[in-house]
Amino acid sequence: MWRPAKWWCVLANPGKALRGKVAIAGAADTAVGKLPGRTPMELCVEAALAAIDDAGLDRTDVDGLLTCNAMAQPLMYHAEAMAEYMQIFPRYCLSVGAGGGTTFSILHHAASAIVTGMADVIVVAMADSLRSGLTRDQAMQVQASTGHPQFEQPYGATVPAYYALIAQAHMAQYGTTEEHLAGIAVACRQHASLNPSAQMRDPITVDDVLSSRMIADPLHLLDCSLVSDGGSAIVLCSAERAADLAHDPVYIMGAGEGHSHEHISAARSLTTSAAKEAGQRAFDMAGLTPADMDFAQLYDCFTPTVLVELEDLGFCAKGEGGAFVDSGALLPGGELPLNTHGGLLSHCHPGNPGSMFALTESVWQLRHSAGARQVPNARHALVHAQGGIMSSHTALVLSREAG
Amino acid sequence: MSALQVERILPTDSEIARPYWEGCRLGELRLQYCASCDQYQFYPRILCSHCGASDLSWRAVSGQAAVSTFTVVRRSVSPAYAAPYVVALVTLDEGPCMMTNIAIDDPQKVSVGAAVKVAFEPWGADYVLPVFCLVD
Repeated sequence: MWRPAKWWCVLANPGKALRGKVAIAGAADTAVGKLPGRTPMELCVEAALAAIDDAGLDRTDVDGLLTCNAMAQPLMYHAEAMAEYMQIFPRYCLSVGAGGGTTFSILHHAASAIVTGMADVIVVAMADSLRSGLTRDQAMQVQASTGHPQFEQPYGATVPAYYALIAQAHMAQYGTTEEHLAGIAVACRQHASLNPSAQMRDPITVDDVLSSRMIADPLHLLDCSLVSDGGSAIVLCSAERAADLAHDPVYIMGAGEGHSHEHISAARSLTTSAAKEAGQRAFDMAGLTPADMDFAQLYDCFTPTVLVELEDLGFCAKGEGGAFVDSGALLPGGELPLNTHGGLLSHCHPGNPGSMFALTESVWQLRHSAGARQVPNARHALVHAQGGIMSSHTALVLSREAG
Repeated sequence: MSALQVERILPTDSEIARPYWEGCRLGELRLQYCASCDQYQFYPRILCSHCGASDLSWRAVSGQAAVSTFTVVRRSVSPAYAAPYVVALVTLDEGPCMMTNIAIDDPQKVSVGAAVKVAFEPWGADYVLPVFCLVD
């Protein structure tokens, strides 16, 4: 039987069915930081209602609801519980758990669901209260439950320690320094200083990062993201429908995923991640390149993740992430403004919902409504998130033009 | 205080890993070996992660390894772990990578690429875990 050369690549090609077909029509965040007395469900519903309102829709228009569970209020059927709370009756309703990667994995699924007709108007909403809502035992449980329960957890690695392993490997292989890592935290804080809703807004220097307490060598306290309460939501629908709604649509032009391992001790590589495949697939679908991106929102639970992602997503060559940071590219006004809201490092990090805030920020940037922190004439953005320990990656290319 | 805070974390139990833990109790590091492709793997599985075969058996290995990466944990996961302590990924001479602790008084002496050798440390009442020490 004749088969084309590399037939498996043909089969593996997701095609361009999604390209430009789906748009984000509404976006909203709750306040973030310390929100005692508010349950994650309340925050999630508040964000969803605000996003629906932003789109110019009514909650009864929503026929798809995608959420993730909250660590501070775990529910067996989270999405169903939220639909019940809001008294909506969707025909597509699912709670997804993929750690920090949940946000954009959900977006990828939601966009596909709209194209295939599973739903017309999908709300993606997430919230958690890691700052105010976890008991001490729950917080410790979160720390201790990362890693393989049989062959990793007993050795006592904390979450920062798992990422420190990545940082140390990158430093040994490519000569990356603690200063390079610190530069990423400094860039995020500079962006946050322009964002009134960011949790941490006072500018910091590389010296501030290096003189902050060591948590797990080589990661200092300021290399680690925040612990926050907060919720965020977006409304997704077809590009045609979005064109008739309240704001300029923000189109999903490319989506790609890459999955390489769960446990860091079983990773194919400590210094090259599956962000490489995720980015390549997203850029291929969009027909755009890293050089076309006006800004990027990259997953920054710890500074080394950004370094690896910058390289794997093609913004600089492998091993040159440190030099790229040094060039000032990531700062406001730079070649590739990074995490223009402040990121998980300086805006907020309520756990799995963390990247939602990078998404809503991208919507505002691409609508040209981001105020003092607006990236001039922003047309295209790359957003990326990962879950696990550099395990599961999703990249999206977002644009203000569907062409 | 909850049990979690006063005891070190114990490995979960599984039938397939019993030879590994029995080896540890005897002071022997054992890995699954695949006769089809002549390679070792870790952690234990029902298939060979290299070639997909199921022709696996347990073999004692040298316990020699090199540090692939490490970190010094300054803020411990629970009071049962006395910070600072070293968590590392080591690559065994036979190929597989595993997470471990480097047993050492001065964490500053650990470096990427350093040669290490297995040692065994009692872990709670029922387990013995492989840890690694720097080779002088």
